[in-house]
Amino acid sequence: MKAEISAAQHVLELVGVNKSFGSVVANKDVNFAVEAGSIHGIVGENGAGKSTLMSILYGFYQADSGKIRIDGKEVGIPDSRAAIAHGIGMVHQHFKLVENFTVLENIVLGAEEGAFLPSSRRKARLELQRLAKEYELQVDLEAITEDLPVGVQQRVEILKALYRQARILILDEPTGVLTPSEADHLFRILRRLRDEGKSVVLITHKLREIMDATDTVSVMRRGELIATAPTASMTKESLAELMVGRRVLLRVDKSPSRPGEIVFDVKGLNVRDQRGVRMVKDVSFSVRAGEIVGIAGVAGNGQTELLDALAGNCVPEAGTVLLDGKEIAPDPFKRRDAGIAHVPEDRHAIGLILSFPLRENASLGYHRRAEFGTSPMLKRSQLQQYAQQYISEYDIRPPNADLRTSLFSGGNQQKIVLAREIEHDPAMLLVGQPTRGVDIGAIEFIHRRLIELRDQNKAILLVSVELDEIRALSDRILVMFDGAIVGETSPDASERELGLLMAGVTQEDQGRG
Amino acid sequence: MQEFMSTVILLLSSTLRLSVPLILCGLAGLFSERSGVWDIGLEGKMLFAAFAAAAAAYQFDSAWIGLFFAVLVAVLLSLIHGFASVTHRGNQIISGVAVNFISSGLTVLLAVGWFAMGGRTPQLQPEARFPTVVLPFAEEMRSVPVIGAVYADLISGYNILVYVAFAAVPITWWVFHHTRFGLRLRAVGENPAAVDTAGISVDWLRYRALLCGAILCGIAGAYLSVAQSAGFVREMSAGKGYMALAALIFAKWRPIPVLFACLLFGFLEALSIRFQAIDFGLGPELSTQIVQSLPYVLTVVLLAGFMGRAIPPKAGGIPYTKER
Repeated sequence: MKAEISAAQHVLELVGVNKSFGSVVANKDVNFAVEAGSIHGIVGENGAGKSTLMSILYGFYQADSGKIRIDGKEVGIPDSRAAIAHGIGMVHQHFKLVENFTVLENIVLGAEEGAFLPSSRRKARLELQRLAKEYELQVDLEAITEDLPVGVQQRVEILKALYRQARILILDEPTGVLTPSEADHLFRILRRLRDEGKSVVLITHKLREIMDATDTVSVMRRGELIATAPTASMTKESLAELMVGRRVLLRVDKSPSRPGEIVFDVKGLNVRDQRGVRMVKDVSFSVRAGEIVGIAGVAGNGQTELLDALAGNCVPEAGTVLLDGKEIAPDPFKRRDAGIAHVPEDRHAIGLILSFPLRENASLGYHRRAEFGTSPMLKRSQLQQYAQQYISEYDIRPPNADLRTSLFSGGNQQKIVLAREIEHDPAMLLVGQPTRGVDIGAIEFIHRRLIELRDQNKAILLVSVELDEIRALSDRILVMFDGAIVGETSPDASERELGLLMAGVTQEDQGRG
Repeated sequence: MQEFMSTVILLLSSTLRLSVPLILCGLAGLFSERSGVWDIGLEGKMLFAAFAAAAAAYQFDSAWIGLFFAVLVAVLLSLIHGFASVTHRGNQIISGVAVNFISSGLTVLLAVGWFAMGGRTPQLQPEARFPTVVLPFAEEMRSVPVIGAVYADLISGYNILVYVAFAAVPITWWVFHHTRFGLRLRAVGENPAAVDTAGISVDWLRYRALLCGAILCGIAGAYLSVAQSAGFVREMSAGKGYMALAALIFAKWRPIPVLFACLLFGFLEALSIRFQAIDFGLGPELSTQIVQSLPYVLTVVLLAGFMGRAIPPKAGGIPYTKER
């Protein structure tokens, strides 16, 4: 009897949920409960089982065993339709929107009124106007979805869930693509939803968001839910320790930089993308030996194109790149030979060939060097030797050079790329999103390694959309907005100042305001 | 003037007749490809349907029973395609090519086995074919200048399947843009994950799209053997299924442009038939072959040169699996 009463306070409850994929245990005996009218955070490293758990809840997977209770009543969720019917809504990390549909069509899809669209459209329009007003979710319903900024697309996803009368809203890593102010707006919306009595489950790896936005927090590690507590009783450090299972240094320890000569000099760089849109506008800057220059900015403001052009992956419209005063032609092999190493933003697209074994990826891009032999054959022993060296020095797991690269976790894949680029002794290292999709433990390692490299008097250019990362590592910060560098600050600048710069408000404007 | 007028009308009405299988197949491809399933098996489905139609029409002495079997066979072939590429997530091109091979081989095999006429089916009597539909007042209006001739010879006077094909275009457009099924179908070809997370079955939706396509393909086949001709001849689809695919791409996967692309291809074919006798001074045989190849050559030229960028349905060709 007593159990039923306590269960009734929980709008959602998972009891003893197990899920395995083959021999991999994704969820192990997970007990998880969400109170009505609360924001419940879930943190954990990649592969800790957060997404699997939520996918079970949303009917994407079936649990091997365990119960799901909603409002204290046991239910089965065989598919997403059932989840929606039980009032569960989910905003996926990668939006599930049809890009060439209008916002209205996206929202109506799957929740139509009858077989014909005009009546569905009418009804939806009325209902959405009400929702928009109630929750600050203004969106142009006739806009084509792909033309909207990601922050607005996310609003469409939230509207989709609310239109289906979700009482439990699950958000999977919702802030990865947002500007600080967009994220603030999102959290305002979430708080309002909570105050209306709805429940929000927030999956994130950003500890700061957990601390700021949630009422309760659960920590997952290796498929198990190891702790649930009121957020107020936790600190960032204690959460990190729970996630990783050991003490983690959240701050990056570094000494002040001792910049030397200018190593890398970029002058008047202009880049157009394939559509002919100017993505990088008159960018000039330099990087000295022994310093890390960070490029901050909201994703999509030209950082990707800048990095690509610097690495020689695309030919700029205008501008020169000088290394030690010598101009280097825009060609990835020439740049690499000259000593410009590149850790690309998207390791899957251009950093690695996922179907190759680790051994081959560990030397990819450097394989033309004489050490691998001058005959058409590559010297296998040399490949193997490098791979083994990286595996031990960078603690790549599992330590197997024959394993297909796609079978490593994101963090380990990133270590492979990083090791390859760093260990060939570059004069200049270009790094894009070094810790995207990487576990907290590996982040700590990668950050330390970058600082070590700096202290070996190398020049580093760091591009990241993670403001915390930029501030922790950089000695100088350049802010990019709409393809241009709109300001330079020190890493001690306030978050507000950086946020304004990233939104395109220049320093002169700020001075005036 | 009179003669010119009648030449033009003849050419245009021949265009309409020749466009019909292209339009039906093009729309069939539209249904399945907009749902994200590449349908290179249009050719084979149409061919097998043509055989089924001719055989059944001969057996039962009825064009309608022929049509029924044509649709039935096209549906079965589509189900094979769907079973391989939707249910079992196989490669859609390979499965489509398999359909083409099966059809090309089996039609001849069955025709020889059943009718022993070297891969043909017996000549159909007029009762076993689709008769010409004469629209009301066609004869009465013939005396009215221009309009009368256009009405009597260009608009009236085809078999029912021609009208079905032309009616299918606006109906398809309406289904795509004004019904729930159309909305979901367009969505599943662009982003099946969006459909799945909205609580709709991706597989069932794609099967339904394939079935719509199969019905249209079946009609196209019946048109070839029971309406346009009076019996089945081996390989009688003669690449029309591929032409329809080309038209579909040329039309950038939109229903109304599919109509115009097919009309254009039909017109080129009508021209080539009409002007077969022209001698380029290369001898009669070579000249005929050049003229006959023109529609195919022009198809390639149009596709390569005048098209701009066609953006295919984003999820086309990719079997849907829930991500891990």
